[in-house]
Amino acid sequence: MSENPEAFEKFKKCAVDVLSVDADKVTMDARFNEDLGADSLDLVELVMALEEAFEVNVDESELDGVDTVRQAYDLVTGKQSA
Amino acid sequence: MSNRVVLITGGNRGIGLACAQLFLKQGDRVAVTYRSSPPAELDGENAMAIKCDVNSAEEVEAAFKQIEAAWGTVEVLVANAGVNKDTLLMRMTEDQWDEVVDTNLKAAWRCAQRASKAMMKARFGRIVFMSSVVGYFGSPGQTNYAASKSGLIGLARSITRELGARGVTANVVAPGPVETDMLNALGDDGAARLTSLVPLQRAATAHEVAVAVAFLASTEAAYISGVILPVDGGMAMGH
Repeated sequence: MSENPEAFEKFKKCAVDVLSVDADKVTMDARFNEDLGADSLDLVELVMALEEAFEVNVDESELDGVDTVRQAYDLVTGKQSA
Repeated sequence: MSNRVVLITGGNRGIGLACAQLFLKQGDRVAVTYRSSPPAELDGENAMAIKCDVNSAEEVEAAFKQIEAAWGTVEVLVANAGVNKDTLLMRMTEDQWDEVVDTNLKAAWRCAQRASKAMMKARFGRIVFMSSVVGYFGSPGQTNYAASKSGLIGLARSITRELGARGVTANVVAPGPVETDMLNALGDDGAARLTSLVPLQRAATAHEVAVAVAFLASTEAAYISGVILPVDGGMAMGH
């Protein structure tokens, strides 16, 4: 999926707020655990924030295997256009 | 004066009402839920009584929404609503088990889950579960009640491990006999039998339980989580 700069900025803001990381660390290839220091609860919290910001619903089961920013971004924005 | 938003389930009488009165005195805004009769003694702009059966996910959701619309998110949850259906194991029905475990344990989990989302976001929250000395002391005729009350301990401690790093604490208050309708229902003999097991040789007042709740719910009690605070006059010392 091609990235929409506006949507990615919104995504980035959520990640910065929830994970307390520097904005420049939130790149498409960043891994939540290794690069952003996020644990499973952080990820749930981030998804809750993203659900609100993007007005979508993400099922718990869909988070399986989501390790990178790109995967989470695609998951959330994919629902938006659907 | 604190000015937090407090929700107490089962706040129309007994321990819940005493908690509501104490939090109001501290300056907090207090919502109580009740199932059948609203509390007569709570009024003022900082008090709200909501008819809500905690066994209904819809009604719990609606209660939270009502509080959030009026005051903002719940910062202190006192999961206090509870029932008992006492009878000996040999005679207990599945319905008696389910009703007590659903109300005392599952509904407490439901309210904590709903409250924890905003608490996690705010990096602040206080959850206090109303357990009972019988949760670890045991009590004949109360297999359902005792199991539900000890279940709250595992619940509080798991929340502590999940949300502790987010500034949310979860603790348990474990009263012994308390001067409430629940104790009165045992009759004079039953109440006397129970208080005879208490070194202090009397039942607690509901207010004496409320002060323990208010302490664990205080903003200052930030480093206390996953504890069981007995308010039992020494009844279950060492357990």
